[in-house]
Amino acid sequence: MAKRKSDVGTLYKGSPGQWSWLLHRITGVAVILFLFAHVVDTAVVGWGPEAYNRVVSVYHNWVVKLLELGLVAAVLYHAINGVKIMVFDFWPGTTRHMKGIALTSTVIFVLSMIPVTWIMGQGILEDAGVL
Amino acid sequence: MAVEAPERSGPASGGRSPGIRGRERPIGGFELWSWLFMRISGLVLLVLAVGHVLIMHVLDDGVDRVDFGFVAARWQSPFWRTWDWALLVLALIHGINGLRIIVQDYVRWPGVRFAIDMAFFVIGFGLFVLGTVVVFTFDASQWPGAL
Repeated sequence: MAKRKSDVGTLYKGSPGQWSWLLHRITGVAVILFLFAHVVDTAVVGWGPEAYNRVVSVYHNWVVKLLELGLVAAVLYHAINGVKIMVFDFWPGTTRHMKGIALTSTVIFVLSMIPVTWIMGQGILEDAGVL
Repeated sequence: MAVEAPERSGPASGGRSPGIRGRERPIGGFELWSWLFMRISGLVLLVLAVGHVLIMHVLDDGVDRVDFGFVAARWQSPFWRTWDWALLVLALIHGINGLRIIVQDYVRWPGVRFAIDMAFFVIGFGLFVLGTVVVFTFDASQWPGAL
């Protein structure tokens, strides 16, 4: 059956908040899935230094540190976007300025990621042997 | 989504400001408590989780300095044990309730939905028990010299 033009190349436009809605879900799922693993790896501390140090050495690998940077970004995005959601929900009048507030929260996230990436990036590059 | 889950949709803003509808909100019952819990726990997690991430992963060499001795020294303080336990509990409930809401959106068959929800609930409860036991029973003096 021939594809209709509307089946391809079109993008669903829900509302201005659709991308932050999607990112909120993705970052939330990423963080809770990491938390499942993180509770277990931290629990190993109860089995003594040898076991725990072997487990945390995984986190000192530079590839894992790249994922760690992603985790920090996910937590920060979810937190900042969550504040935006609360502003809209607790003060409904602010939804009149939805675009401006959404832009502000995005700018806050991007600005906060600059020093985080700078600090964590140096550690990653050192471990990768670049610096 | 909201169309397929009518229990989650309802008029928002309670008509306080005419002309301003705001966002959708559950009208009552469990889903309204869930809605409120996500926001209040989110506010607390803003401090607990963001603080944890900055302290453990960004500042002061981040995760490079984390080893058994670091955790042992940190958990000598009841303040950090309480912080970590509160973070554990709130993050697990917030996260698993979030997964439940996502499952509600994408899994239509009630049996499968219940099975997935229960699986996450069991994982969450198991991790809550494991984390709680470790946070409150950890005793570094069992390994002298490791501190």
